[in-house]
Amino acid sequence: MKDAFGTPQSLLVLGGTSEIGLATARRLVARRTRTVWLAGRPSADLEKAAAALRDMGADVRTVAFDALDPESHEESLGKIFTEGDIDMVLLAFGILGDQARDEDEPLSAVRVAQTNYTGAISAGLVCARALQSQGHGSLVVLSSVAGERARRSNFIYGSSKAGLDAFAQGLGDALHGTGVHVMVVRPGFVRSKMTAGLEEAPMATTPDAVAEAIETGLRRRSETVWVPGALRVVMSALRHAPRPLFRRLPV
Amino acid sequence: MSDAVSVSGWGRTAPTTARLVRPRTQEEAVAAVRDCGERGGIPRGLGRAYGDAAQNAGGAVFDMTGLDRVRTIDTTRGSGTDAPGATVVCEAGISLHRLMEVLLPLGWFVPVTPGTRYVTVGGAIGADIHGKNHHVSGSFSRHVLAMDLLTADGTVHTVTPGTPLFDATAGGMGLTGMILSATVQLQPVETSLMSVDTERATDLDDLMARLAATDHRYRYSVAWIDLLARGAAMGRSVLTRGDHAPLDALPARARARRAPLAFRPGQLPAAPSFVPEGLLGKASVGLFNELWYRKAPRSRTGELQKISTFFHPLDGVPHWNRIYGRGGFVQYQFVVGYGKEEALRRIVRRISDRGCPSFLAVLKRFGEGDPGWLSFPMPGWTLALDIPANLPGLGSFLDELDEEVAAAEGRVYLAKDSRLRPETLAAMYPRLDDFRALRADLDPRGVFRSDLSRRLDL
Repeated sequence: MKDAFGTPQSLLVLGGTSEIGLATARRLVARRTRTVWLAGRPSADLEKAAAALRDMGADVRTVAFDALDPESHEESLGKIFTEGDIDMVLLAFGILGDQARDEDEPLSAVRVAQTNYTGAISAGLVCARALQSQGHGSLVVLSSVAGERARRSNFIYGSSKAGLDAFAQGLGDALHGTGVHVMVVRPGFVRSKMTAGLEEAPMATTPDAVAEAIETGLRRRSETVWVPGALRVVMSALRHAPRPLFRRLPV
Repeated sequence: MSDAVSVSGWGRTAPTTARLVRPRTQEEAVAAVRDCGERGGIPRGLGRAYGDAAQNAGGAVFDMTGLDRVRTIDTTRGSGTDAPGATVVCEAGISLHRLMEVLLPLGWFVPVTPGTRYVTVGGAIGADIHGKNHHVSGSFSRHVLAMDLLTADGTVHTVTPGTPLFDATAGGMGLTGMILSATVQLQPVETSLMSVDTERATDLDDLMARLAATDHRYRYSVAWIDLLARGAAMGRSVLTRGDHAPLDALPARARARRAPLAFRPGQLPAAPSFVPEGLLGKASVGLFNELWYRKAPRSRTGELQKISTFFHPLDGVPHWNRIYGRGGFVQYQFVVGYGKEEALRRIVRRISDRGCPSFLAVLKRFGEGDPGWLSFPMPGWTLALDIPANLPGLGSFLDELDEEVAAAEGRVYLAKDSRLRPETLAAMYPRLDDFRALRADLDPRGVFRSDLSRRLDL
């Protein structure tokens, strides 16, 4: 169960090697979280991540999960919930893609959309239903400021996150009053392996800062969390900027 | 789950949804327990437990307020010199408020009342509540002569003191079964007024010295303590102590003389349903505490107060828990034994150094404990405070206090808890394993279950 401050005792991370996912898990394990499920494609990295959390004293299990195989989600995720309540699901998988290549190769662009959006729909719905029958729990969805307004430099990734973001908001409304809390997290540029080698955007942040914002959001039962918080204002201005102007902005 | 409702404790943190079932007869109660489904059920009274003791995510919550009848009041037992006093047999969902309405005009009072009248008899046993008279009278279960308990197999048992089932149920947070009715001993009173002595203590040491030296002279005793006061004033407080006023204490021509047993608690308008977050910060609570301390008389004796004023000042404001805003609040109540005064001082200093805005901090001395396995009171000092839940870093701060409490062989109160670390619990409650074993035996499928029991693995 979650305690009075929203800290979960059990956590399921979809995208078990995600840096933000693991930073969040570390933070929560240091508080109350004792059981962690890391769901991801079986790999040495996934096992290494599990071992690191075990060293912190958590009971960690890994489970095979592939965002690109939605047919398998019902089974792979469903069985986790039969083993006990999950207080928080963190939907942390996603790929950035390579905008230039993806524009040239439509199929690799589709892969970005299938991972970030289609995969999230099936996994999100499977988890939402399980949480609903528990009568409690949080579904935390990692969206992105890139989904707030499509930019020339990464509109393929951005559009997939826009779809995910809209889906998560709607799901949050659908689950309102069921005891399940859906929280959309919109980080800005996060310094991580996903963005290694890319030119840093203004107001860049870190996985640890996102993790901290998630913990605060859980305590406040927030529906939307921006990281850093000031991005809420910045993006609100950018979203309403006229397109001829927006096109010319160095964002 | 179309009939699911959101349920939370009085602190309004961590709400979960459950199916609410309101039995009105014993047969309906048996049916409700039989049909509660695979996520089990938990009895709930008037929802005054601060944390998650009376919620059950995804399962059933048995609203006991439909079982609220008084069956018999037996005052004949009070006539002999060694007789146990009058008793009442009532259903578990009746509130202490209602019992007072019924019993006071007859010259009887409930044996133990907490800071609110809006708790049920079942809840009073389940949390084994204590009141301002604990140092004299012990906790509620000491005054329970028998109870009818509906257990997981659908059968009803009459449970009497001195049995393992009684000791597991008194303070057992509703997890041994559903209490259907109870026989409770009563306290004779001549009037419905209290004769109250008030005095101020300038700091914590002064307060503890006064309490230790004079507590035994009063049936009821409590100290309000200003936890925001720092330095030399740390622990400054107002003591209010007293007893039921005898008839001859009422002034000869007072109106109260004509109806000395009248029970008329007043009520103010309810707190609004929306209160902005952060209303109770350090500044506002500090100001309140300053005024509260200054307005108390340095010393006053024999003041006549209504029962509601003396025992239940907050009941005058319905839904007062809303003043903390949407984020809710947590109650922290712990006890450390006599001889562990240093631990108490250290904890008070930490709270005061940190500046926790608590305006309902209460210190009192407990007397002998009762045999309930998870019963909270034990001989020692108990401090209760409430803090807005949205205070950053509060979770880890309270964890640190838990460690101080556990190291001093003290414990925190489960009826108020919403955040204890499960690992810390066993150190605080040495009979926890007996409780778990009895439950495993009595209720192997876990029919009686709550968010509290899941969170703390009870």
